[in-house]
Amino acid sequence: MIPELGQFSLILAFCLSVLLGTLPLIGASRNHLLWMNLCRPLTAGVFVFLGISISILAYAFATDDFSVQFVAQHSNTLLPIQYKLTAVWGGHEGSFLLWTFMLGGWMLAVSVFSKSMPIDFVARVLGVLGILCAAYILFMLATSNPFDRIVPLPPADGADLNSALQDFGFIIHPPTLYMGYVGFSVVFAFAIAALLSGRLDAAWARWSRPWANVAWAILTIGIALGSWWAYYELGWGGWWAWDPVENPPLITWLFGTALIHSLAVTEKRGIFKSWTVLLAILAFSGSLLGTFITRSGLLTSVHAFASDPSRGFFILVILGVAVGGSLLLFALRAPMMKSEARFDLVSREVLILGNNVLLVVAAASVFLGTLFPMVYQAITDDLISIGPPYFNAIFVPLMILLVLLLAVGPLCRWKRTSIAYLFRQLGKVVLASLALGVLIPLVVLLEFSLAATVSVALAAWISLSLLGDLANKTANKSSRAKALKALPLSYYGMQFAHLGAAVMLIGIGLTSAFSYEKSVLLSPGQSIDLGNYVFMFNGSTAVTGPNYLGNEADISVSKNDRPIGNLKPQRRLYLASGTPSTEMAIDAGFFRDLFVTLGEEKESGAWSMTIYVKPFIRWIWLGAIFMAFGGVIAAGDKRYRRLRKRELERASGQLSGKLQTAS
Amino acid sequence: MKLHRRKRLGIILFIALGLGAAIGLTLYALSQNIDLFFTPTQIAAGEVQAGQRIRVGGMVKEGSFASAEDSLKVSFAATDYATDVTIYYEGILPDLFREGQGIVVEGAIDAAGLFQASRVLAKHDENYMSVEVKAALDAAGATAENHSSLAEN
Repeated sequence: MIPELGQFSLILAFCLSVLLGTLPLIGASRNHLLWMNLCRPLTAGVFVFLGISISILAYAFATDDFSVQFVAQHSNTLLPIQYKLTAVWGGHEGSFLLWTFMLGGWMLAVSVFSKSMPIDFVARVLGVLGILCAAYILFMLATSNPFDRIVPLPPADGADLNSALQDFGFIIHPPTLYMGYVGFSVVFAFAIAALLSGRLDAAWARWSRPWANVAWAILTIGIALGSWWAYYELGWGGWWAWDPVENPPLITWLFGTALIHSLAVTEKRGIFKSWTVLLAILAFSGSLLGTFITRSGLLTSVHAFASDPSRGFFILVILGVAVGGSLLLFALRAPMMKSEARFDLVSREVLILGNNVLLVVAAASVFLGTLFPMVYQAITDDLISIGPPYFNAIFVPLMILLVLLLAVGPLCRWKRTSIAYLFRQLGKVVLASLALGVLIPLVVLLEFSLAATVSVALAAWISLSLLGDLANKTANKSSRAKALKALPLSYYGMQFAHLGAAVMLIGIGLTSAFSYEKSVLLSPGQSIDLGNYVFMFNGSTAVTGPNYLGNEADISVSKNDRPIGNLKPQRRLYLASGTPSTEMAIDAGFFRDLFVTLGEEKESGAWSMTIYVKPFIRWIWLGAIFMAFGGVIAAGDKRYRRLRKRELERASGQLSGKLQTAS
Repeated sequence: MKLHRRKRLGIILFIALGLGAAIGLTLYALSQNIDLFFTPTQIAAGEVQAGQRIRVGGMVKEGSFASAEDSLKVSFAATDYATDVTIYYEGILPDLFREGQGIVVEGAIDAAGLFQASRVLAKHDENYMSVEVKAALDAAGATAENHSSLAEN
């Protein structure tokens, strides 16, 4: 009975989203205040019923209700409770419910934090999100209902959660990634609402910016968590594989990064309006594309859910209608978006334009490489795959160019900057960065590598120009501390995010250049040298877990005869599904990671294992944390709140003015 | 030409140049990095040149797996139930590698005519059949029921 309640509340959420997707929008176009005002209560209703629905699914997991097909497929009585609850997103149906629930959460947030926006705008934003939400719920009810029952004979026990998913990373990565993904729907809805109302002004950009920043920050963390999880769980020693399912979040992130920069220009200077709207549509399309790729079974990957053609078709229809419709609306309204302001060839506007072009080209080439095998197969019927060399060949040069611009942008002024000024500011920085780039890898790691030099030099380029800018900004003030305090939060947000790029660059460059990896067969008592470290295999013991059996190896690590610690990787066999799984052991450090994955035991008692030494790999994720932190504090800038009030007064004045001319 | 028009032209040229360079670079990189996919039958028929980097899909043949006691060398047969290809690999196989399971192998045929794998991929999900493995089996005429029952053995 209880699972049926979950389904009823899903249906109720659908009905409410249909109302939300129609009444407030009609109300906004006819200026019917009562209908517009319905948007907030309807949003709350959608959120509550989606919440009830997902809670009931979690309850079905917690109580081992295997009469629910989704529970039977993804849980087991032996599964620990934290994985039972999170198995809600362990498969296609439940994860889509989570996705939709996240959308509900964002909608609720919009309805709560939009008190200072005019009601017609809020009604349109929530209306657009309501349509999306209705489409998602309809998709669930029609093709992938998580509450489907197995009748008449439910299994006595479930098939268990995929053993690769039984990990802490699984608890946090999917919700964070979805939340970031879905956040771009909000920015998209703002753009569509602006197109619908014909008000694409600085106020619209200012309203969208905090949302875009927060969504971007969460997506950044979501992707970084995925990378970190894949790194330690899949045990292949890498942090990014250019997997077809890793790529759509990256595409969305690249569009999103372009968007938050372009929004800045639109807010400050009132230009790039149509471009900003286009980016909002593209970022949203990227998120839908990600859903389509994971759920249609078109591509082979770690993430792919079991495929069903009808699902792929349904999502393709949603994708087509949403993207096609919004682009059509964009084409109809684009001529209205006139930019008045002018700017010189050397100005912050042009640098941000450069940033946008590079990011969009990068996104497009990742998109091409991801979908090319599918298109190729459709045309020639031959199966091909595109490997990491393609993506590296394209992506690395583009990102180097981007970073070169990145340091210059914040130093530039809007409208016009003199080239002589830039030379004065950056001449020394160029020399210092080159020197640091050559010296630091040599001193720290006693080796030379071009990749390391380039990345350290670029990181120094960002950080030194950032310090220079900070020094400029505080130079003529009486007290330096007071001057620092007076700088706006959004400035600090920007610099933090840029510093994050520098930190990430160091991580990527040094890890790529100085990592060691070796697969070996070791008998107890044998040892092996790898990158200044000695790994000694002491033997293995049997271990028993709640739902698995396994072996644990003991490997002691030392450097220059100084013991560092013991690594204890495991190899497990999960009882319910019979699948083996390796649990790698990591000795994580700020400057290097050491880790070992176990292979198999030979009859002689020797074990095959792969040993890795990864310098500076943590810096990659640390950089992502810096970026996300920057995005969040920029969104907290008090100017958004202060100015909103003024905008509201002006906007309501405009609204009544428009009404008079209309009537 | 007026100043702002010239500026706009400059920006448009800049974008066009960037896009052109990007498209050229992309197509070049794509053409360099395509891994073609072959079935065991195609390999047996000699359709693949030695040294060419390819992918092969198939099922690991029952009873074909052999491993050295003192090294990480392994060999096994990948089959589409019409023809087998023996795969040589040195390293640690993925967790879900088992006889009777679908796999995809990346590698090349060496001068001696042996297939040396550089990477072995196994499916991650019990319910999930790789597109490439399915294509190989379909091409060899094995039915869906056949291989799903074999996969569960």
